[in-house]
Amino acid sequence: MKKIGVFVCHCGINISSTVDIEAVKEALKNYPGVTHIEDYKYMCSDPGQNLLKERIKEKGLDGVVVAACSPTLHENTFRTAVMLVGMNLYNCEIANIREQCSWVHKDKKVATKKAKLIIKSVVEKALLNEELEPVKVPVTRRAMVVGAGIAGIQAALNIANSGYEVVLVDKNPSIGGRMAQLSETFPTLDCSQCILTPKMVEVSQNKNIKLMTYSEVVDVSGFVGNFKVKIKKKVKYVDWDKCNGCGICIEKCPVTVSSEFNQGVGKRKVIYTPFPQAVPNKPVLDAENCTYFIKGKCQICKKLCPPDAVDYTQVDEFVEEEVGAIVVATGYDTYDISNMEEFGAGKIPDVIDGLTFERLLSSSGPTNGEVRRPSDGKIPKEVVFISCVGSRDPEHHFSYCSKICCMYSAKHAMLYKHRVPDGQPFIFYMDVRTGGKGYEEFYQRAQEEDKVIYLRGKVSKLYREDGKIVVCGIDTLSGKYVELNADMVVLATAIRPSAGVNEFARLLKIHYDENGFLTEAHPKLRPVESLSAGIYLAGCAQAPKDIPDTIAQASGAAAMVANLFASDHLLHEPLIAGVNEDLCSGCGFCVTVCPYDARKLNKEEGIVEVNEVLCEGCGSCSASCPSGAAQQKNFTDTQLVNMVKAILKD
Amino acid sequence: MEISYFPGCTLKTNGRNFEGTALPLLELFDIHAKELDDWYCCGVSFSQSADNLMQQIAPIRTLVKAKESGNTRLLTLCAMCYNTLQRAIFFIKSDEDKRDIIHDFMYREGTKFYGDEVEVVHLLTLLKEIGSEEIKKRVKKKVDEFKIAPYYGCMLLRPKEVAIDSSNAPEIMEEILEAAGCETTYFPFKTECCASYQIVNNSEIVKARTKKIVNSAVKNGADVIVLSCPLCFYNLDEIQIEIKKEDKNFKTIPVLYFTQILALLMGIKSEVNNFSLHYIDPTPVLKRKGLL
Amino acid sequence: MEKRMTVSSQNFKNEDIQKLEEISEVNVYSCYQCGNCSASCPAFEFMDMPPHQVIRAVQLGFIDEILEANTPWICAACISCTVKCPRGVDIAKLMEGVRQVILRKGIDHLNINEIDKKLREQLPQIALIANFRKTIL
Repeated sequence: MKKIGVFVCHCGINISSTVDIEAVKEALKNYPGVTHIEDYKYMCSDPGQNLLKERIKEKGLDGVVVAACSPTLHENTFRTAVMLVGMNLYNCEIANIREQCSWVHKDKKVATKKAKLIIKSVVEKALLNEELEPVKVPVTRRAMVVGAGIAGIQAALNIANSGYEVVLVDKNPSIGGRMAQLSETFPTLDCSQCILTPKMVEVSQNKNIKLMTYSEVVDVSGFVGNFKVKIKKKVKYVDWDKCNGCGICIEKCPVTVSSEFNQGVGKRKVIYTPFPQAVPNKPVLDAENCTYFIKGKCQICKKLCPPDAVDYTQVDEFVEEEVGAIVVATGYDTYDISNMEEFGAGKIPDVIDGLTFERLLSSSGPTNGEVRRPSDGKIPKEVVFISCVGSRDPEHHFSYCSKICCMYSAKHAMLYKHRVPDGQPFIFYMDVRTGGKGYEEFYQRAQEEDKVIYLRGKVSKLYREDGKIVVCGIDTLSGKYVELNADMVVLATAIRPSAGVNEFARLLKIHYDENGFLTEAHPKLRPVESLSAGIYLAGCAQAPKDIPDTIAQASGAAAMVANLFASDHLLHEPLIAGVNEDLCSGCGFCVTVCPYDARKLNKEEGIVEVNEVLCEGCGSCSASCPSGAAQQKNFTDTQLVNMVKAILKD
Repeated sequence: MEISYFPGCTLKTNGRNFEGTALPLLELFDIHAKELDDWYCCGVSFSQSADNLMQQIAPIRTLVKAKESGNTRLLTLCAMCYNTLQRAIFFIKSDEDKRDIIHDFMYREGTKFYGDEVEVVHLLTLLKEIGSEEIKKRVKKKVDEFKIAPYYGCMLLRPKEVAIDSSNAPEIMEEILEAAGCETTYFPFKTECCASYQIVNNSEIVKARTKKIVNSAVKNGADVIVLSCPLCFYNLDEIQIEIKKEDKNFKTIPVLYFTQILALLMGIKSEVNNFSLHYIDPTPVLKRKGLL
Repeated sequence: MEKRMTVSSQNFKNEDIQKLEEISEVNVYSCYQCGNCSASCPAFEFMDMPPHQVIRAVQLGFIDEILEANTPWICAACISCTVKCPRGVDIAKLMEGVRQVILRKGIDHLNINEIDKKLREQLPQIALIANFRKTIL
């Protein structure tokens, strides 16, 4: 029989205040297999680890059980420690007597009894553990970044500059994302495009970046280090290899439609680039609105194109890329104002959302930066900004705070005042959240210098009257019901994950929360990783955030990719489920329950085969196997039975 | 088709113009509203105190009557009856403990009520079910430039769980009136309260509310306001006379039940309208528009 | 109304405050004082204490202010506040609770005999019956 050492941690008083350590030691010291038992105040501390190492050598232990906190916290610590004295790390087991025992009980007697049982059962497991070696997996040192807004651009540049190739995919004709639509950025009032375009150009010039715009990921297979991604390159009707970007087609196209880039307040041609600094600066043709595609006549673009790049016969193209890591930077949409019935549900023309207002402020926008209201082009003299539209409203919309609206509404009010000095901005707010460097000072400036009037309270409704928009609200600070006759109203609508991202997440097998934002591996300690190895998150796809936070997260994701690529192979946990070929009847139950596609039925041999790299050791197969052929390493049926027996014995 | 019908008190008195037009209107669609036998008062205002179940007994007795009648689709016209009965159903379904106490109290009455056995339906919902096409078919008169401001008030829209349409931006009355060939106006005050029972001893509030509501309708070019609640009707109609006494510039507007308009359009004899019950006489505008 | 108030844990142990929570079953601590209840209240200008301040007073245990306010008697139970509340506070129910706390002390807010006889005959019954909210039944 193996010689097992048990080490009981007090965790200060976290464990010892509810678990009687002496009683636990007494109960375990003569348990079969236990040759040594000892307690210590903090096992995870340096002296605690040293104690573990010393006793392994001294007592010749060939297995240890550390009874302490959850294995998600210090399993790694103790396993590394035992490895240093030559023990196979799979001979080190953790008995969780904190989260699953001392923290959830008040009665010391009950907790002590439970701690004893937990440790005994883990001792049973440790007795039959095998020595295992990690599985080696090769890594394709090439990454894909999905979404080329500021998050995707930053991640792609960082990865590319670390020396690895990056495929950067975006569904729009140009990179730049939402940031390209913004006017000026808080709190410095830098022109958004001015600070973004150098990065966009850098992307186009970087030899390590393969740019795929107007493209969508349609399928993902494989696993960390070895993903295969299928991409649809949407039909552009323009051969970009031939196109020289001269713009004649755009200039001469006779049909104009509403511009998505300008949030519907401006126009674009049917053959178009979304904005002048687009990267790549080559047009796509929107067949849905094209006279040639509708009526079979026109062809002006084709006739006038000097390099003859317009090609009406083009179709969607599908390509496959092999990458080792994926960064998801799919960004955000704003909550549609049609959802806000009390604010006119989008039917009042001069009630717009913040993103639309950005286009009105932008010097490259449809009004060349003059604030003119969409209905009649007049300069609005009284503008009301409303915060928390859809955010912080669990009863009707979303419970979360969209984080950036306080700042951008202050910025909007300020910029409006700069453009229309005799105009008056008002902001309805509930709380002003200015956590960020220089943010509170910016807010103070908006109030002091630009005389933005803040009204504390909600707006209950908006309605049209005599060419104005009547804003009915409350100022809780004065306790007054207030009515304002506004010329324009700007709604700070909630930040939403961009459309389609949840289907994309299912494709990637990554999680999203109840609001649709992608879930990070740990809310504090692993904010840039998804729960699937090799897939990382950046930007507003994970949660609403401003530009500095987005850049930081994107660089973090890039660093994780570089970290992964530092070696040409990966070590995969060997705690996987194998197949006992003598017992397997080839029924295939395990194949259907495996969520990772790790098991395949070999019909010729009549047995199931396992791809060790894909297996995540979830145990679904062993639970479903009728013959006991599927056995998870170090979690065999015998071990489980022994563990249960140990618990039921007393 | 026969449907159970709960009129409530006011339809037999002040609201005779409502019942008088609604029932013949339904007959045009071959729907016969059969009044419950020996019905009680619905209780009018739904009790909101958690510890006083006595006040739930009135609406529940009415619902029991409907259950016993065997015809368990229960039509209401009055918005307050609709609200009280519908909320009583939600109440009985959502709290088992309180339901048991009520059952114990009513044990002599035999029939137990659990909530799902009766469906309370308001006339507007019923007309929407009937559909625009059927409504269109029965319209006999065509009106031009007759602008109607549909007023919903509170009890058909709030709380959310009993709302017959969106609480913030209802359209159901517009849909029905437009199907009948009427033009409806933009009316931002259509869901605002008229101050309800405050008319009894705080009529100043009703006055202030009516002024806002009527002004908004007039401003948006309405010829008449239509509604579906006998209390709103009284408040909006009668108090305009008082306002006019104080403010000569105040422009009054006739108030009608939406069923009166539909009945006139569908050629039902005009006597059922009981125009004598109106404070602001609607007959001049109806004549001008060719409805009388 | 008092301008200087003492806030202490004793405020919340007040019998009326506890009774109010019991009758209304409303958790006033959900309220973050956005004021939408007041902004949508049709009788705001007639109230000496707007609805959001009533909730605030309950949160801080200022029971006397609530009992003295005319607010619950001006409230027409139109439920605009409740449907607007972003945190799901049923303010209309809370108002009913306040009315009940007061009525159960034997303090009446309606003398039926004071209503003009002519008016009584002219009013729709539903107005009269609904207005009984203000009296001890």
